[in-house]
Amino acid sequence: MSIAIVLFGEYGFDRAVAGVIGCGQALKATTGGEIVAVVIGAPAGEMTSEVAGRVDRVIVASQPELGEYQPETAIDAMKQILAPLGASIVLLGNDTYSQEVTPRLASRLGGSSLADAVEVKSVNGAVHAIRSAYGGKAMATYELKRSPAVVWVRARALAPAEPTGAVATMEETSVNLGEAALRIVERRAEVQEGVRLEDAQIIVSGGRGLGGPEPFEMLKELAQVLGAEQGASRAACDAGWVPPSWQVGQTGKKVAPELYLAIAISGASQHLLGMGDSKVIAAVNTDGDAPIFKHCSFGIVEDYKNVVPLLTEKLAEMRK
Amino acid sequence: MRTLVCLKQILDPDLPARDFQIDAESREAKQGSANLVTNIFCENALETALQLRDRVGGEITALCYGGEKAEDVLRKALAMTADNAALVSREGVSNPDSLAVAKVLAAAIRKLGDFDLILVGRESGDWGVGQTGGLLAEELGMPCLTLVDEIEAEGEGLRLRRQSDVGFEIAECSSPVVATITNHEANVPRIPKTRDVMMSYRKPLTQWTHADLELDNEVAGGRSYYEVVELFVPTKDIECEFVEGDDLNERVASLAGKLSAVADAVS
Repeated sequence: MSIAIVLFGEYGFDRAVAGVIGCGQALKATTGGEIVAVVIGAPAGEMTSEVAGRVDRVIVASQPELGEYQPETAIDAMKQILAPLGASIVLLGNDTYSQEVTPRLASRLGGSSLADAVEVKSVNGAVHAIRSAYGGKAMATYELKRSPAVVWVRARALAPAEPTGAVATMEETSVNLGEAALRIVERRAEVQEGVRLEDAQIIVSGGRGLGGPEPFEMLKELAQVLGAEQGASRAACDAGWVPPSWQVGQTGKKVAPELYLAIAISGASQHLLGMGDSKVIAAVNTDGDAPIFKHCSFGIVEDYKNVVPLLTEKLAEMRK
Repeated sequence: MRTLVCLKQILDPDLPARDFQIDAESREAKQGSANLVTNIFCENALETALQLRDRVGGEITALCYGGEKAEDVLRKALAMTADNAALVSREGVSNPDSLAVAKVLAAAIRKLGDFDLILVGRESGDWGVGQTGGLLAEELGMPCLTLVDEIEAEGEGLRLRRQSDVGFEIAECSSPVVATITNHEANVPRIPKTRDVMMSYRKPLTQWTHADLELDNEVAGGRSYYEVVELFVPTKDIECEFVEGDDLNERVASLAGKLSAVADAVS
């Protein structure tokens, strides 16, 4: 029983890669077999050595057509490399590209798929994966019926892989790629100050209760004194107050910072699903019964307008 | 432009957590007093299709695979001005897996004819598994793009804008294509006009059973891809400490102290 881990070379070695390999290592402890990392596209930075130190075997397909992600091409390449490997579990987990390919890859390999798993385990030979259900109100354990089980894991929330002390064998492979029926022709990154939201250690988010785009300026000052990145709830993004890339939640960014400060966010379960793994959650809300407080270590029941400027001032003094 | 939009009926996701209950036997949520609603991303998909039709013309078919009350979803879609609708009855199958749903939808789509564009929601607000769009594309042998929020017709082909981890991407393709739709300020679903609600009952709505689509019960039964073996409400043992003080100034100072302590541990 071997475990394949599919990675995109262009991402390099980051927390998500460490998390998905960590998931593989935990599985291997019960299943045995080997962990094979399949890298699609030329590995960036120190990725090759970092990955090789944590798995048993590395297969790299670095031909130029795989350098920049194209969905149709990537799925085709993965299928060609994975089919002969015969792995019983295929893990993915670096962000939306791999989430996009998950069901289609499972289909081409004759397997089953599931996304957003927080745990994958082998139970008497069957693969079980746990993920949230009903917008975070419940958790569900799924048995994946077909083999391979292709599972996209919430990699950043999983324990990162430790080096094994050995260095895996490396193989270069190449695949035959046809003309893709769909091509990404333009990639526009929003001007982003600071680090990616998923990598942020501290996040200050604003929600519907702010009532408009202007208060996000006020939150920006607070974020600056805390050294935080800014996020938002779906309501604030749908209203057009801030860009969609700020959205934290079930259908936005899934974040797990050391500190998450929720301002004027009631805590709908779909939002909680995006930030519930944060180490410390704090909130400012006028409603003491708001669901967000059920997840907070501490908080204040007060209008944000009265709190934020004063809080920014006090933090600025403390953190000179 | 012929567009097909798949719509799913789900338990109202706004049901407060305190009213949420699990049926241990079926491993599903109890409906209780909650309403059944159209999954929001499916409505975003329909709105995206409607706006495209308003620009370039064409016809929109709404398709639903659902239970007894699923006709409501399609009547609402027709009231939002979809042109026609088809309902495949789930005939007692509860929580079919994503592959079963994809196979049923694919069979219905083949029976309905050729489409340029097939839209589904990125995921549902109940189980949220998010696998149907990709599996449907594979069943139909079409390319697929996820997290799309805007579609333009361009010459013979289509131009899709989708949300990426860092911003936006633009993809080009020839039709047909499957796209999964996500929410954006531009595709917030319209509220049906009273007149259109009345008109919706005069629009064509086809009803099919599994047998009409020549699907055997094993495919439609929906337990061959995955099965929910356990459903539970996670316990949270955290107690919020509300900051104290004689006045606002003291309370905010206390809050600042706590936040600062956590921030110090980070840096």
